[in-house]
Amino acid sequence: MSQPLDKGTIATHQPAIPEVDVLWITAGLSCDGDSISVTAATQPSLEDVVLGAVPWLPKVRLHNPVLAFEAGDAFLEPFHRATRGELGPYILVVEGSIPNERINREGFWAAMGTDSATGQPIKTCDWIDRLAPGAWAVLAIGTCATYGGVHAMEGNPTGAMGLPDYLGWQFRSAGGIPVVCVPGCPVQPDTFMETLLYLLQQAAGVAPMIPLDEALRPRWLFELTVHESCDRGGYYEQGDFAPAFGSKRCIVKLGCWGPVVNCNVAKRGWMNGIGGCPNVGGLCIGCTMPGFPDKFMPFMEEPPGAKMSTSAVLMYGRTVRALRAFTRASLHKEPPWRKPGDELKTGYKPPPDKGSP
Amino acid sequence: MTEKNLVDMSWDPVTRIVGSLGIHTKIDFANREVVDCHATSSIFRGYSVFLRGKDPRDAGFITSRICGICGDNHATCAMYAQNMAFGIRPPHMGEWIVNLGEAAEYMFDHNLFQDNLVGVDFCEKMVQKTNPSVLAKAETTASPHAAEHGFRTIADIMRALNPFEGSFYLEALQMSRLTREMFCLMEGRHVHPSTIYPGGVGTVPSNQLFSDYLVRLMKYIDFMKRAVPLHDDLFDFFCEALPGYDEVGKRRILLGCWGSFQNPETCDFKYANMASWGRDMFVTPGIVVDGELITTDLVEINLGIRILLGSSFYDDWDDGPMFVERDPLGNPVDKRHPWNQTTIPRPQKRELEGKYTWVMSPRWKWEKTGEHLALDTGGGPLARLWVTALAKRVDIGYVRATGASVEINLPKTVAHPEVTFTWKIPRYSSTIERNRARTYFQAYAAACALYFLERAMAELHAGNTATWTEFKVPEEGIGCGFHEAVRGVLSHHLVIKDRKIANYHPYPPTPWNASPRDSFGTLGPYEDAVKNTKLFEENGPDDFKGIDIMRTVRSFDPCLPCGVHMVIDGGRELRVVHSPRFGG
Repeated sequence: MSQPLDKGTIATHQPAIPEVDVLWITAGLSCDGDSISVTAATQPSLEDVVLGAVPWLPKVRLHNPVLAFEAGDAFLEPFHRATRGELGPYILVVEGSIPNERINREGFWAAMGTDSATGQPIKTCDWIDRLAPGAWAVLAIGTCATYGGVHAMEGNPTGAMGLPDYLGWQFRSAGGIPVVCVPGCPVQPDTFMETLLYLLQQAAGVAPMIPLDEALRPRWLFELTVHESCDRGGYYEQGDFAPAFGSKRCIVKLGCWGPVVNCNVAKRGWMNGIGGCPNVGGLCIGCTMPGFPDKFMPFMEEPPGAKMSTSAVLMYGRTVRALRAFTRASLHKEPPWRKPGDELKTGYKPPPDKGSP
Repeated sequence: MTEKNLVDMSWDPVTRIVGSLGIHTKIDFANREVVDCHATSSIFRGYSVFLRGKDPRDAGFITSRICGICGDNHATCAMYAQNMAFGIRPPHMGEWIVNLGEAAEYMFDHNLFQDNLVGVDFCEKMVQKTNPSVLAKAETTASPHAAEHGFRTIADIMRALNPFEGSFYLEALQMSRLTREMFCLMEGRHVHPSTIYPGGVGTVPSNQLFSDYLVRLMKYIDFMKRAVPLHDDLFDFFCEALPGYDEVGKRRILLGCWGSFQNPETCDFKYANMASWGRDMFVTPGIVVDGELITTDLVEINLGIRILLGSSFYDDWDDGPMFVERDPLGNPVDKRHPWNQTTIPRPQKRELEGKYTWVMSPRWKWEKTGEHLALDTGGGPLARLWVTALAKRVDIGYVRATGASVEINLPKTVAHPEVTFTWKIPRYSSTIERNRARTYFQAYAAACALYFLERAMAELHAGNTATWTEFKVPEEGIGCGFHEAVRGVLSHHLVIKDRKIANYHPYPPTPWNASPRDSFGTLGPYEDAVKNTKLFEENGPDDFKGIDIMRTVRSFDPCLPCGVHMVIDGGRELRVVHSPRFGG
């Protein structure tokens, strides 16, 4: 007797966590570019998730200052409730680098809202201290929040850092999850929404623990290098390097870091498959990497490692290109029988005509 | 008026802006007036500090990260400053591609802001709460342009703007994605571009590139043929229903525009020729004071910029180094000019009567009178159209400046015949006119894009496909870039020493508009426009929503929002609940 097949669950599934609030703080040292970027997402779009257009998920209530209709204390009300432990399960999303307020005697680098008791701004760090421990999951969006990014570069006055640096790389949320890092400057719209979708599926009980790499990035989104998915990789293999911008060829000698950077944008494009970085003539400056930006600067110079690898590939590439040119020239010629004439030259031999005497 | 009639009201933080904005007011309800206003900002990042010592080629990549909605305007402006400092100019094709990308940015950003954020202030649900008698009147007022946009009454327009329900609101949201695709075609990624470099672009021009852009552009132009008359009807109605509404948010006409869209035929990025090629931009740079165009000269504009402190959390740089004593024409450069500024942040307690914000006070010194003018940008479009109209220089077929107006000619599209829109110089620099100009400038940007596309395709067909000029970083040099960010004036000032950045100061529109009281005590434009405003809201202090104040602040396009919270004297809170909540 064969086992009956499981039936589909869309109609009957009850999410393990039925409702979740997404508390989104953009008041790190940020440009709000990740929030803006996410409004471009379509796979899924923000509306798809919050209006319930995707199955299985908990009901999602989004609280993002760039997108919310509420502001001031009306906007902050769920944040305050969460700090008092009065909010249900919530996902904390942090955008922007975390400044070091411990170096200030008074004042602040970054704040969100005003403390009604003191009349002074409430520091972003205080919000994180109060909200991170109780969050079901903590999500760092964009390279500023994940690893510090541009605002944490050498010579910065604020002592900025990423969220795992601030909370500790061993941090575990109330849901037992490390800080989930979705880097990118800004984040690729669908890459972020796909990650959020996964976490919501995990919260709903239809997906296992989110697989993360050593930099706490979702493994499936960041396992390939830019180079491994770049449509200019063929030029690289043939040792065909662009000497100037505006070329279709590989731009590694102009400063592209694609061969050693984990990012899916060359493959995925920026929106609906349009745009990107090296695939459309833009240098990969390593904006998804923990070492960004310092380890990639100056951006417009050939990476030291590329000098060696491109010299090595040049000899092989030129030979292969010459051989392929030869083959290609042959493939560009039609077979000789495709022409008008009184004789059939295709090799077809008609059987004897039985009608003839 | 006595002190006891005044009510303290704060909107802090106002959402949807880079760096949190707070608006703190004193309101006289007996006279329905705002009598005082402070604007505060509570985030510091330090670009001018950490740019020091970096490779000058990296300036565009880094400064793009200043802004998450118009970062490309920074990348472009940095490229202009770098071109000057490096002594190069991009090939024409590179310039047309940049212009096409920047035009798409205006089309996207204004569209999202106007119809998904500002529009909510004028939607049915909002007007019902703030001015029910106005909504009642709208129900019985026929739309003068119903045939163009399809909404029979003004109330139908208001309903179409209801958040997440209204048909026009939803259509605008889709348009904001279509226009961002256009942007990505030219500049790679939104909002921090991947293909903009000193010397030009990395984008590869092709028939596919331009036809992908063109088909999207024509859809947007079709959309504009409904959007412009729709907003005219809506804004005209408010001025008729509430006589005097065109004076809400009014301030002295002090408008600055730094020009947009270089003309590659004449722009050589040489400082000595800047006055000349600046005037050839497809949005003319200039300053309008009290209705008079006092200059279109980018050199004069440059030399007049002063950065004042006053109420912001910084130490002065009196004893800092002078980087540029004279400009390349030999003119003296002031110590308070961005070329000579040294940024010294000093975190401290917020005191509204002392230092209260991280925003500095950029001003423009008018040599003729010695005044330090608190110029505003009119949210961007008002200053751009006003200056361009008066300067009477732009004439490209699709757009023509007449001296008193700007004509925008849009060709036939799928659902509409060809149309000419005429933006006329208004009487006031006020809330309604900042908003009206935004819609017209969306059409202006689309019309320019069509022209740029023609030029780019002509270059392509002629085989001129180079997009980038090679360069060497000089041992020493200076540069300045002038551009229009979506919401107004943008400048970048660069000083190179030993092939490194010795000084770099970007001035985007928000410091101009959101600036606090300066060292002379002059209020910043938000403060000034809110302070002078009359209030038309029908609610009394108990259920006051501050809609006229919110409309005024938003008319400057600080990228902000709709939901507000106020604290009335004595700490009682009032909340505005918007329905439906996003995701609620």
